[in-house]
Amino acid sequence: MISQMGGLDGLDDLYEAIILDHYHNPRNKKFIDNPDFDEEINNPFCGDELRIQAKFNDDKLEGISVSGRGCAISQASASLLAEYVEGKNVKEILNAVNIVRNMLKGEEISEKDRENIQDIDALSGVQKFPIRIKCALLGWTGFYDLINANLRSS
Amino acid sequence: MKKLDIQKIRSDFPILSRKVNGNKLVYLDNAATTQKPNSVIDSISNFYKTSNSNVHRGVHTLSIESTENYEFAREKIAKLINSPSPETVIWTRNTSESINLVAFTWGEKNIMSGDNIVITPMEHHSNIVPWQQIAKKKNAEIRYLPMSNDGKIEFNNIGKIIDSKTKIVALTHVSNVLGTINPAKKIIDIAHDKNAVVLLDAAQSVPHMPVDVSDLDVDFLTFSLHKMMGPTGIGILYGRKQLLDEMPPYMFGGDMILEVSYEKDAKWNSLPYKFEAGTPNFADAIASGVAVDYLNQIGIDNIWQHEKLITEYAMSKMLSLKKIHILGSPDFKDRGGVISFYHEDIHPHDLGTALDQRGIAIRTGHHCAMPLVRSYDIVAAARISFYVYNTIDEVDAFLYSLEQIEGYFTK
Ligand SMILES: Cc1ncc(COP(=O)(O)O)c(C=O)c1O
Repeated sequence: MISQMGGLDGLDDLYEAIILDHYHNPRNKKFIDNPDFDEEINNPFCGDELRIQAKFNDDKLEGISVSGRGCAISQASASLLAEYVEGKNVKEILNAVNIVRNMLKGEEISEKDRENIQDIDALSGVQKFPIRIKCALLGWTGFYDLINANLRSS
Repeated sequence: MKKLDIQKIRSDFPILSRKVNGNKLVYLDNAATTQKPNSVIDSISNFYKTSNSNVHRGVHTLSIESTENYEFAREKIAKLINSPSPETVIWTRNTSESINLVAFTWGEKNIMSGDNIVITPMEHHSNIVPWQQIAKKKNAEIRYLPMSNDGKIEFNNIGKIIDSKTKIVALTHVSNVLGTINPAKKIIDIAHDKNAVVLLDAAQSVPHMPVDVSDLDVDFLTFSLHKMMGPTGIGILYGRKQLLDEMPPYMFGGDMILEVSYEKDAKWNSLPYKFEAGTPNFADAIASGVAVDYLNQIGIDNIWQHEKLITEYAMSKMLSLKKIHILGSPDFKDRGGVISFYHEDIHPHDLGTALDQRGIAIRTGHHCAMPLVRSYDIVAAARISFYVYNTIDEVDAFLYSLEQIEGYFTK
């Protein structure tokens, strides 16, 4: 039976090199001083957890820290988020979240948007594993909600 | 022990020859639900093709046949667990409904303010949440039996926990996470000494090993047919006759009444019908009887011996893997065919997705036992669980894939 088994190539769509790199070496993990918000988000069904701290200067994200535990997809995706959003303004961030959302839903993404999101494009393979889309979106939608809850109200 | 012809048994399960992601299916998620043999599948379609008719309703041939087959299935279940009579075997939808029924009828009537309900830290959510709800309603206390690190109930101070205010002890017979086989008889005797009743959640025991309610002297026993080759939508509540007689009905309507008038309270039907309001799931109940026939034909004892063999093999191999940690006792002798584990560096969901690429189906997550899984300071675990159709080859395929996946994620 064992000899009949194929390789694990099918996994490469999900775990692109960039994803595994971010999983093993998460970016912007260090805690920051005096964040504007510091909150935990999780997915109780699979137990993925993230702690997100953010510090804004006007509407520009000056500092971000993302740390947590969970599957490779949730953690790598959150690290990609942390790397991408630093230095961007709120409008750019919310726009990126929408692009990532649409991409994972399998919608057509314009060439310009694809360029815009750079490395995050590596997440597009998650589409083929619908059950894992939630993992990939945890950080993005979580950060989106945190911005809306913490910045729009003040 | 009879030497089982596993390949012949496997040929009775059409799903086992299907491919998943290009590989032969290796189904190791039997604690969640088991696969069905042809005889059970055929029973359902044949029933609808040739015999479909409501039960206990008419004098015509189809209704009589249907009623007879339905009651005959109940007798088969009663025999399987050695119930003193079929009338103490009640059809429900699943284990969860059986437990809710007891909590909200027996519990509603008997649990008072200041009483306590004793459960264990290794219960499935369905044997925690109903008790929490009734405890809140009645201002009663939930107590937990102490459990050692390797998942065994500790008896040292049990007299302080199960006391004169204990109304019910509700515990799992075999843990769906740790695989622990609890010493049911010992706990039942202790509870009875304090005049408490015992509900045994047998969802993970009746499908796999001989369970005898008369010998155990247990008060309530619950299990699900979908975990023992039967269809979904059928559960069982066994209850001691005297307790069932004294309990109020759970749901109201057709079939559960003896007499209804416009003015007065209705009179309840006798057991088991008092607890079976409305048209029951007779097609699946009859197929459940066929599942029991199939289990008996192999022999429950043979099933148990086979699972022990597979579990021992898998445990001995997994215990030697450095990065794998098994939840519960490392001693396979104390266990049912359930092995929950985690890998130091690979999250259970990544493992689950990777194994699925190989056609290997395992469970990942909190296993409907959030507090238990969290008590090991993890948020999710992976689980393999066996049934009589699993083979050593399948365990090897799993172990081999595990090793390759480790390579994949650490490359
Ligand atoms: C020990 C135990 N109790 C209860 C249940 C609940 O069974 P069901 O989902 O059929 O109600 C399960 C199954 O998941 C179980 O393993």
